[in-house]
Amino acid sequence: MTTPSLVLELKQVCKHFPGVKALQNVDLRLFAGEVHALLGENGAGKSTLIKVMTGALAKSSGDIYFNGQQCHFASPAAAQRAGISTVYQEVNLLPNLSVAQNLFLGHEPRRFGLIQHKKMQQQAQQLLLRFKLNIDVTAPLAQYSVAVQQLIAIARGVAMSAKVLVLDEPTASLDSSEVQMLFDVMRQLREQGVAIVFITHFLEQVYQISDRITVLRNGSKVGEYLTADLPRSQLIEAMLGKELQQLTQQQAATAVAKQAEPLLVLQQISVKGSLSDISLTVAKGQAVGLAGLLGSGRTEVCRAVYGVDVLSGGEIQFGGKTLTLQQPADAIKAGIALCPEERKTEGIIGPLSIRENIMLALQARRGWWRYLPVKQQQQLAAFYIDKLQIATPDADKPIEQLSGGNQQKVILARWLAINPQLLILDEPTRGIDIGAHAEIVLLIKSLCQQGMSLLVTSSELEELVAFAGKVVVLRDRQKVTELSGDNMTAQHIMQAIAEG
Amino acid sequence: MMSLRYLPLWITAALLCLLFGIGGWQFDGFASLAVVSNLFSDNAFLLIVALGMTLVIISGGIDLSVGAVIALSGVATGLLISQYQWHPLTAFALIVPAAALFGALMGVLIHVYKLQPFIVTLAGMFLARGLATTLSEESIAIDHSFYDAIAEFGFALPGGGWVGASTMIFMVLLVLVIMLMHYSRFGACVYAIGGNSQSAQLMGVPVASTTIAIYALSSVLAALAGIVFTFYTFSGYALAGVGMELDAIAAVVIGGTLLTGGSGFVIGTVLGVLLMGVIQTYIIFDGSLSSWWTKIVIGLLLFGFIVLQKVLSRRTALTTVAGSTAHG
Repeated sequence: MTTPSLVLELKQVCKHFPGVKALQNVDLRLFAGEVHALLGENGAGKSTLIKVMTGALAKSSGDIYFNGQQCHFASPAAAQRAGISTVYQEVNLLPNLSVAQNLFLGHEPRRFGLIQHKKMQQQAQQLLLRFKLNIDVTAPLAQYSVAVQQLIAIARGVAMSAKVLVLDEPTASLDSSEVQMLFDVMRQLREQGVAIVFITHFLEQVYQISDRITVLRNGSKVGEYLTADLPRSQLIEAMLGKELQQLTQQQAATAVAKQAEPLLVLQQISVKGSLSDISLTVAKGQAVGLAGLLGSGRTEVCRAVYGVDVLSGGEIQFGGKTLTLQQPADAIKAGIALCPEERKTEGIIGPLSIRENIMLALQARRGWWRYLPVKQQQQLAAFYIDKLQIATPDADKPIEQLSGGNQQKVILARWLAINPQLLILDEPTRGIDIGAHAEIVLLIKSLCQQGMSLLVTSSELEELVAFAGKVVVLRDRQKVTELSGDNMTAQHIMQAIAEG
Repeated sequence: MMSLRYLPLWITAALLCLLFGIGGWQFDGFASLAVVSNLFSDNAFLLIVALGMTLVIISGGIDLSVGAVIALSGVATGLLISQYQWHPLTAFALIVPAAALFGALMGVLIHVYKLQPFIVTLAGMFLARGLATTLSEESIAIDHSFYDAIAEFGFALPGGGWVGASTMIFMVLLVLVIMLMHYSRFGACVYAIGGNSQSAQLMGVPVASTTIAIYALSSVLAALAGIVFTFYTFSGYALAGVGMELDAIAAVVIGGTLLTGGSGFVIGTVLGVLLMGVIQTYIIFDGSLSSWWTKIVIGLLLFGFIVLQKVLSRRTALTTVAGSTAHG
């Protein structure tokens, strides 16, 4: 191997938002033919750095060198023309257009100014074969799964003969075989000399694919390392700093409130078409985990207890009384709250401020005619921003501008503000990385100690084991088993999911 | 899947044939080239305006100003020819670029200030209609040798059919718009913006210039429709084309274009206008029905088509979910 050449270099780049220094003097070096992992906690500045690099945001100061020449990208289109393509976490393609049109939009093969549809489709087919995708390229994109769409998005980046390919959390929605397929493609591109920036919060993937790592923390660069020289514990330390000890400490399982009285009792509840005969008990001050694969009925249990789906059989008892739920408002009245899985579409109200998002549930319970004074709202918002360590300059920032982990904390604050007896968290740590992870796990524990009951679903078994007093395993919309005490290990849960 | 996308188009085509068949079976002389060629020449202005509306609606927008632009360009044509003694061609050479400017300004407002196309073009509608009425409240008769020549221009079809200048102008514009929408990068960008303008922006689509061009084109086509309308009536009148924007929208929707943008075909709109025209012809042939029955039937058709669109998009969503689980 010859010495790799420097493709893109960022020197002392700063980006300031009003009141926040999102990036401070960050350096980044990208070499041709390497996979460079960009790591950091939520809000560390990864997304901002990417946006500055690809022209979506203007930098406040600093220099960017591309192929040794100082340059400035005014827009994502300009960066693309230069050879920097970005594939975002949420697939940013057009569901209404065909696969081929998505691949070649803006670069369609033409003759006499007219698009050659046949030729475009052939080229699309060939391009996708490189990714081992043999699909109908004339069909609309919306017809394919998110994983395939993600691969198509990457193929588009490659088709524009990218020199730099930025992949922002590309594996978040892929299963393990799809991840391997993606990695094969990444290795192939690396051999062709493409520089790949890889952002992820799956550390094992970092060690599997990346050559070099740059770690950011709080908007500053912590360091640049060769992956081979950096043991995992040191990497976590670099990402988290002091929080590492907290993370390791919480491995000790908590056995709280063993003989406490039951708060929520589900007796053989069924929902037509989605659940059958599920029974479980949540005691006061207990966190119960729901484990199972996607589609096993985890989310459906949450929806039934929250009154989104109406029962077709069975009974819900809450605090000793039978509960008839027709709609979520009934559940809220009884003291049940839900943080839904789809944070973006079901949880946050993007353009509203943090304060307004926190106030929603409280205000709804007070009734709209008893308006909460702004001063009181500000105090409450400030209290939760401080308590949950929400990283924001002030409470009036629109929530959509926060990172995923911080958005999750705001939604938690919304429900904590009405002090529910039972809090349902559907995948509370999805799409957020380790630091915020640890904080949310710690928060769940402290809520239990204060006497709140929780029902939590998660696909991360280690995490369930860390905070749950009991784990209920679901498969095919039925309860398989219940694990607690010493039996409750990730290994056992995995077995139960697999075998039943 | 592709057949699902084309389904509204096929339904419109089938309805068109069915109604034409019924008419031909019921009335003598209905199924003739004369009726067909009249369908085109009587509706040429609506066809032209609906082409522009298709473009706008595929981009996810709407243009309510087109009816008023028809009136304004008609009145301006009448004034310039009859009062100022301009040659019609010179008048057209002024009116068409002016309309482009008018549409481009609406596009700028919509893009730069992120305004709703509905409200911007509503303002444009009042502006154009008001301007037309201020220029002349009376209908202005156009008497010019050029117009006589235009009326004579054309060729006959067997069976009493006649292909006149209006039909030819429409045919040329139809070919141009089909090329533009289905075979040019501009067209691909229009569909992209209609799908999701943010994603389109990130994929490098020039959203600003495309949006401005879309509304400019719609206004140009409306102005051309206004000119063709003067060929038809030999006059310019400020109250011409009242409500025609709504007829155009109806034709676009009946032709299978989604009001939410991003999906549709130019040819569908042509079928939509023709279907509306056949209904009208049928009512005229029948003689006993009030002409308002046209509106009633169109209303029912519209209801049918929007429900169909909803059902189809739900079906598409379902197959998508099934497809993704099958994959995973």
